[in-house]
Amino acid sequence: MARDRIIGVDVGGTFTDLVTIDGASGGLRIAKTPTTLDNQAFGVIKALSIAEIDLADVDLIVHGTTTTTNAVLERKLSKTGLITTAGFRDVLELGRRTRPQPYGMTGQFFPIIPRDLRLEVAERMDANGHVLTPLDETALREAVGTLIDAGCEALVIHFLHAYANPTHELRAAEIAAELWPNSYITTGHSLLSETREFERGVTAAVNASVQPLLERYVTRLRNELTGKSYQGDVLVMNGNGGMVSSQLVAREAAKTVMSGPASGVMAAAYTGVRAGEENLLTYDMGGTSTDVALIRNGTPPISNEIEIEYAMPIHVPMVDVRTVGAGGGSIASVNAAGLLEVGPASAGADPGPICYGKGGTDPTISDANMLLGRLNPDKLNAVAGGIGQGQIAQVFLDRLGTPLGVDAQQAAEAVIRVANAKMAGAIRMVSLSLGADPRDFALFAFGGAGPLHAADLARELGVPRVLIPARPGMTNALGCIVADLRHDYVQTVNQPLGEDDVSVIHDVFAGQVAAGEAALAKENVTIQEIRKVFSVDMQFLGQSHVVRVPLEHATPSAADLRTGFEAVYWTRFKVELPKIRARIVTVNTSVIGVSTPVDLACLIDPAGRRDTATPANHRAVIFDGKPHETAVYWRDHLPADAAFDGPAIVEQLDSTILIPPGDTVTSGADGNLIIHIGGAA
Amino acid sequence: MSIDPITLSVIQAGLQQVCDEMDLSFSRAAFSPVIAEANDRSDGIYDAKDGALVAQGAGGLPVFVGTMQYSTRVLIEMIAAGTAAAPRPNDIYIVNDPYLGGTHLMDVRFAKPFYRGGKIFCWLSNTGHWPDTGGAVPGGFSASATSVEQEGLRLPPVRLFKEGVLDPEIYSIICSNIRVADQRIGDVKAQAAALMVGEDRLNALLDRYGDDVVQEAIAELRRRAETQMRKLIDEIPDGTYTSTAWIDSDGVVNEPLAIRLKIEKTAGHLQFDFSDSSPPCMGPMNSVLATTLSSVYLAMRHIFPEVPISAGAFAPLEVLRPTGTFLDAQYPRPVSGCAAEVSQRIAEAVFAALVAPLPGRVTAAPAGTSGNFALGGHDPETGRDYVMYQLSGGGYGGNADHDGITNGCSTIGISKAPPIEIMEQNFPVLYHRYAMREGSGGAGMFRGGLGLEYEVELRRGRATASFVMDHGRFGPQGALGGADGAVNEVEIKRGDKVYTPEHLSKEQDIALSAGDRVCVRTPGGGGYGDPSKRDPERIAVDKRLGRI
Repeated sequence: MARDRIIGVDVGGTFTDLVTIDGASGGLRIAKTPTTLDNQAFGVIKALSIAEIDLADVDLIVHGTTTTTNAVLERKLSKTGLITTAGFRDVLELGRRTRPQPYGMTGQFFPIIPRDLRLEVAERMDANGHVLTPLDETALREAVGTLIDAGCEALVIHFLHAYANPTHELRAAEIAAELWPNSYITTGHSLLSETREFERGVTAAVNASVQPLLERYVTRLRNELTGKSYQGDVLVMNGNGGMVSSQLVAREAAKTVMSGPASGVMAAAYTGVRAGEENLLTYDMGGTSTDVALIRNGTPPISNEIEIEYAMPIHVPMVDVRTVGAGGGSIASVNAAGLLEVGPASAGADPGPICYGKGGTDPTISDANMLLGRLNPDKLNAVAGGIGQGQIAQVFLDRLGTPLGVDAQQAAEAVIRVANAKMAGAIRMVSLSLGADPRDFALFAFGGAGPLHAADLARELGVPRVLIPARPGMTNALGCIVADLRHDYVQTVNQPLGEDDVSVIHDVFAGQVAAGEAALAKENVTIQEIRKVFSVDMQFLGQSHVVRVPLEHATPSAADLRTGFEAVYWTRFKVELPKIRARIVTVNTSVIGVSTPVDLACLIDPAGRRDTATPANHRAVIFDGKPHETAVYWRDHLPADAAFDGPAIVEQLDSTILIPPGDTVTSGADGNLIIHIGGAA
Repeated sequence: MSIDPITLSVIQAGLQQVCDEMDLSFSRAAFSPVIAEANDRSDGIYDAKDGALVAQGAGGLPVFVGTMQYSTRVLIEMIAAGTAAAPRPNDIYIVNDPYLGGTHLMDVRFAKPFYRGGKIFCWLSNTGHWPDTGGAVPGGFSASATSVEQEGLRLPPVRLFKEGVLDPEIYSIICSNIRVADQRIGDVKAQAAALMVGEDRLNALLDRYGDDVVQEAIAELRRRAETQMRKLIDEIPDGTYTSTAWIDSDGVVNEPLAIRLKIEKTAGHLQFDFSDSSPPCMGPMNSVLATTLSSVYLAMRHIFPEVPISAGAFAPLEVLRPTGTFLDAQYPRPVSGCAAEVSQRIAEAVFAALVAPLPGRVTAAPAGTSGNFALGGHDPETGRDYVMYQLSGGGYGGNADHDGITNGCSTIGISKAPPIEIMEQNFPVLYHRYAMREGSGGAGMFRGGLGLEYEVELRRGRATASFVMDHGRFGPQGALGGADGAVNEVEIKRGDKVYTPEHLSKEQDIALSAGDRVCVRTPGGGGYGDPSKRDPERIAVDKRLGRI
């Protein structure tokens, strides 16, 4: 299948976004329509119709979806049963002995699979994978029957130490398959063959319980599309930033959690590399939260240890995106100490900020931007509800200004200042926790609200440049277009380094490569080349945390492993421990089907550009307590070499960019704008 | 007041950021998993004159709320009296003496004077739990120690770093007295580096806003935290509130220890009086004053989590010095149990006293023990000695809105328990069961959370098992008519013989042979409210799921 005409469509919490680029002509079409929560396929079809796309001409549709994320967070899951090692059915509910927050002894936890659907059978491996108790096949058949009778649609088989020896899980799955009415059977070791029974079990349970939902959804979507003469496959974005065929995706449904955020980071990396900015801090501010990721050398970071909510770890490789709190809907308040606070409470998307006119009554970050003239006040008139700026100002005065002893405008500016200080702190912590100084990075700002705050944040962080892509509000959909096919494999080996030969490691790598290549072959999508990324996770004996050691090839010698480990350890911790032995914990391979490059130059239509950067109008915007007469540009009209100074605002359909006084703007490749903080080069 | 409230908010966030970055730096670089993984450490900024807490990292272990302000104050006093060396720029003091504003010996504190314009502007200090500081048993938790000398090396405040350079003589004394000394250099460097990170960040903050503005902001934030705490405690009607919480025994003498608390509430003020508590004990369940105070503060922060940790927030909380009780231990009383166990029982006393006047805020008693089971032995297969720790959670108390959490972390901790698979990889043990302890939650309108039960077998060689747990004699208290949670139980199964420790929850060095099993059942949480008022639907669900 060629990739001449690809459609990327991302279903987010609020909007469904569509981007398509015609590979031959370079033509671009975009669409934005509200997400249809009950069946996301309706929104997708609507977006296709808005963009007036003839599906018969389309080669490939790549889809980012929140189906599985929402199902898990709202616990709208398929009824799922668990069969596990005798004595351990409560592992999924006991967790790792935690509480939801450091202070406060309250809170609740609801396991993915309730206790009465968690059954036990006799079987046991030890940590080396030696059988201590054989699998009781009779008891297993009984347990499977019990769960079928209870009406379970999906089944998890999760045994202790199956990462070391999966024989019992495989045999149990084989028996269960004879009896189970469908193919929704997940074994614990198959998604991630890694130590830690709680995390592996939760991952398997999440996978099983969203599998039927995802399968039904993609099937329905495929049918809808085929009914409109679409001939191709639908690929689904995984949380690892790679895509996978919709025919295969439900098998490992848990991997689609975090699909949207991963997609955005992939687009950022791709855009950055084309622009010569390989080290980026990505900053995606939406309505309810802000996501941050750190891209080094053009490569998005992958983590196996994402926790999507309290005690809900999903340990499959996913793009390491951290949520750092505040979004446009975060609510400002004055606490009992008389101090201004922003968040953690949020007006969310519904009712949302006051300025949405959907019944919101709490002062939010978006409302503050509106009061300060940073968002276009004329747009207020367009929305339902007829909310006026005066009404918003009154709320700011009553709720914030009066208790703080300032006027409404000062209160609004304070909200932005406090929110920016907190966000900058959180971004700094993310960066530092990954061993990076934010000043060595450029800020890549996207999402509807990201470009409004980016310059101020960059100043707080000491970041010299902000890169604003051509379509900040469509970044996730764009990520669908530029993504590669990708399959990740992780296998626990727990082998001390030094005494044994390392051929075991080589064998694991070879097996992982074979599996990845087979999966790519099944997907039948044109790729440029197959790239393989090899690494091992290692630690010093006696430690509990690991570091990832990248490898150049799949046949490293023991000396290569030791040297590589020591180098990584030194870089991260500045500690050398030559006398302590090291251990290889896991062996990891990513098999990547590299896509044909997509030219992003068309993201802003050259025909719409004008010869000079001329403001569409001016309006008063408040900076440092004073109104500044500020030029407002329409982004699609800017010439390809536009350069101008702040204060300025650039508006476009999907975002608003704020350039404070003292900063300057230049134009880059692919329609990017670059904000130079304090005019820095 | 000349400082505007917005700048105040921003400086507050800035000070917090300095501490959070110290926490992060310390954990990231530390070698010891106790610090790196379990975050058993804390970092903060302290007043130059009296050591009062200015700000503390959000990720610090709760038991350290407030302790370092006492150790810093004692250090300042000793410097003034000439009993500790005078500070110079880039000095770092090390101290772990429990009686000088500390906890137990394993919590090693570093303190660094922070200079601006040649004068001390404030102190930066941190605490890290070292895996060993010498003493009779590896790890320091001897259940049968009768004096602090048996618990490990005790350091008065001495300058480990002098003008930025590690003193090799002091360091060699330390290394000659602790186990696995070769790994400690990594932790020492990490702990010192965290203070330097704090210094850099604090300098940046002061350069940006000016020393005078920040100084004024610190004073104003302290006043405001105090006001906020006063307003919150005024939710409590004026009056006297009492409670008693019990510790099973001190590990040496098999008699319960009582924490008797009387809280006097007057306008904007709470007075905590523990003077009727038991006298100092023979075994290691004594608490030093700083830990007793800190335990009250952490309990109050569990009740009012919205108040920032600062000296201002503590000001309305007056704790009368419990002279002559086991909550104000003097040299040479052993104290290893104070940070992990006694502190939790003090918190329980605070919860039990305040749940009636604050029924919407306070829960029934949580399991309140760290559930420390240590197994030490020799593995004939690997030829190595090992020490394995299994720390366990228990049920939390029910509250006005919902049932307690099952298998929650200790009241004073936030660290995760290790996976069974990792325990079995690293030690010659086999778990037979790791399960919710059915029926252990105290009955109530909202039930207590369930405890944990596990059974683990020694597969090879010989070993000794030691236990420092609690609530074996009395279960976590129910509240407002709710029943107590189930008591902690420990059994050693040798064939068909079952041995139960004399002190129920504490014993040192029980000999085990291959095939012997240790069975532990941790406490359930206390119930909240009259059980007869429980929603019948909740009872039906509990029955269906085998929770009751």
